[in-house]
Amino acid sequence: MDVSWRAVQVWRRDFNVYRATLWTNAIPPIFEPILYLLAFGAGVGTLIGKPIPYAGRDVSYIAFIAPGLIAMTIMFWAFFETLYSSFIRMYYQKTFDAIVATPLSLGDVIAGEILWAATKAVGASVLMLGVISFFRILEPTAVLVIPFAALAGLFFAALGMIFTAICPTIDTFNLPIFLFIYPMFLFGGTFFPIDLLPPWARIVAHTLPLTHVAGFVRAVCLGNLDASLWIHVAYLAVGTPVLFILSIVLMRRRLVH
Amino acid sequence: MTGSATSPTRVAGASVAPEAGTRPPIVEGKGLTKKFGESVAVDGIDFLVREGECCGFLGPNGAGKTTTVRMISCVSPVSAGEIRVFGMNVTQEPRKIKALLGVCPQEDNLDPDFSVLNNLLVYARYFGIPRREAVGRAEELLEFLQIKDRAATKIRTLSGGMKRRLLIARSLINKPRLLLLDEPTTGLDPQARHLIWQRVRALKKLGTTILLTTHYMEEAAQLCDRVVFIDNGKILTEGSPEALVRENVTPDVVEIVGAGEDLLRELAAMDVKVEMLPDRLYAYTDRGQEIHKLVTERFPVEQCLLRRGTLEDVFLKLTGRELRDH
Repeated sequence: MDVSWRAVQVWRRDFNVYRATLWTNAIPPIFEPILYLLAFGAGVGTLIGKPIPYAGRDVSYIAFIAPGLIAMTIMFWAFFETLYSSFIRMYYQKTFDAIVATPLSLGDVIAGEILWAATKAVGASVLMLGVISFFRILEPTAVLVIPFAALAGLFFAALGMIFTAICPTIDTFNLPIFLFIYPMFLFGGTFFPIDLLPPWARIVAHTLPLTHVAGFVRAVCLGNLDASLWIHVAYLAVGTPVLFILSIVLMRRRLVH
Repeated sequence: MTGSATSPTRVAGASVAPEAGTRPPIVEGKGLTKKFGESVAVDGIDFLVREGECCGFLGPNGAGKTTTVRMISCVSPVSAGEIRVFGMNVTQEPRKIKALLGVCPQEDNLDPDFSVLNNLLVYARYFGIPRREAVGRAEELLEFLQIKDRAATKIRTLSGGMKRRLLIARSLINKPRLLLLDEPTTGLDPQARHLIWQRVRALKKLGTTILLTTHYMEEAAQLCDRVVFIDNGKILTEGSPEALVRENVTPDVVEIVGAGEDLLRELAAMDVKVEMLPDRLYAYTDRGQEIHKLVTERFPVEQCLLRRGTLEDVFLKLTGRELRDH
């Protein structure tokens, strides 16, 4: 495995680049979820008109979808960081090769990249909470989203790193995006309650990580704390180290020869 | 480049210090082997790099030079045999070894997201060098490799020569005890090449142990105390450039274009060893002046050139003339 504290230096590298290119690279992804919120909340929400059943009560469509969009943003920011950005650093810029010539190991590099992607996910969750707080739908327990975003961010970052390790070229990223990300995005409880799905699809939905992220985020945002939250946390807490180890193993297979 | 008709080169320079052969080894390879699937890239080689020397690995493309350097720098696992660097095994102590190494790769892997100066400062952090120290060191190195005026420039706008100089500067940021230079001047113009040679010699004077790979024989003759010829993953021979030239080729080589049958007969009668190429003939001799005079005065040839035997002649003698593109 060989992961050390030196991974922080990789995180610092990515952080420095991000800070230097903040205005050109970071602004569009910040506005994307806000646009979703406006389009779905104001647009589709008005069209639907009636309240959505959630945890034995009725909530407005915007109250239902806003936590789903936070979950989606956490996933996108972490996953696409280790998918595209890490791939570019690994494949085109040879940054990983340069770093492993120093006392850092490949494990440090992967860990640093994943940490950075999770950091972005946390930042995204804070930003989204800030925007959504204007809609006056959040309960105080919504702050739990922030530490949870760190865990969910690590999960999706490790997942993205796995595809970076196995995809031969950047074009082949369409496959994991089409097979994993879009189905989750659409059926992971983001836009509508998964209870509306047919039974077999509901079972499938419960295996998807985004379902658990959306489930947790919605519960704490709307103040619906119960024991089921631990299932969501457990799913991610077990999955993350498995994916992390797998990403290092696959990355070693790709780069060390 | 060596032995072209316009620039006769001499095997010059680097004399081996008398105690060089007894200094402690910095790199020690024993039965070192690297396999990629079925193919054997490095085939059980034994070698030493001693403290303070500049050792050159020479060989055609695909000979196994870069693979060996990658194993020394702890990034490519050893298939069989072992390498010890600073007395430590590369498999067991990669972090400790890498902390003492400077690696200048063949391929540009500078960080395009940073400026010239920040490339050095960020790289220094990977070695755990405190910022204040790193800034001083980076400025010194940019000066040393003459890129200080480009310190704030982004990498993408640098020329090939500047990128290579920055790669060398970066490889020196941790004051390495062993510097690995993988084809440091491939693809560079003569100005950049000569500057790099000058700097490598300066580093050598400061006591840095250097291992360089190259397929430019002139470079090896200019910089190396000792060269190791590698081909097909095996060591063919090794020694100081002067000794290798002395042992493997004649002091003089006469290159003749347009030699006729009568000249060939004459050379054969004089017992001169000749090598026929499609467009020219090489006569290997220790009586260069005499043969050059004979040919130019008595035979109507297109061109006749007298030059010294070089490391390039040794290289071609040992590795043959077939092309190695594969």
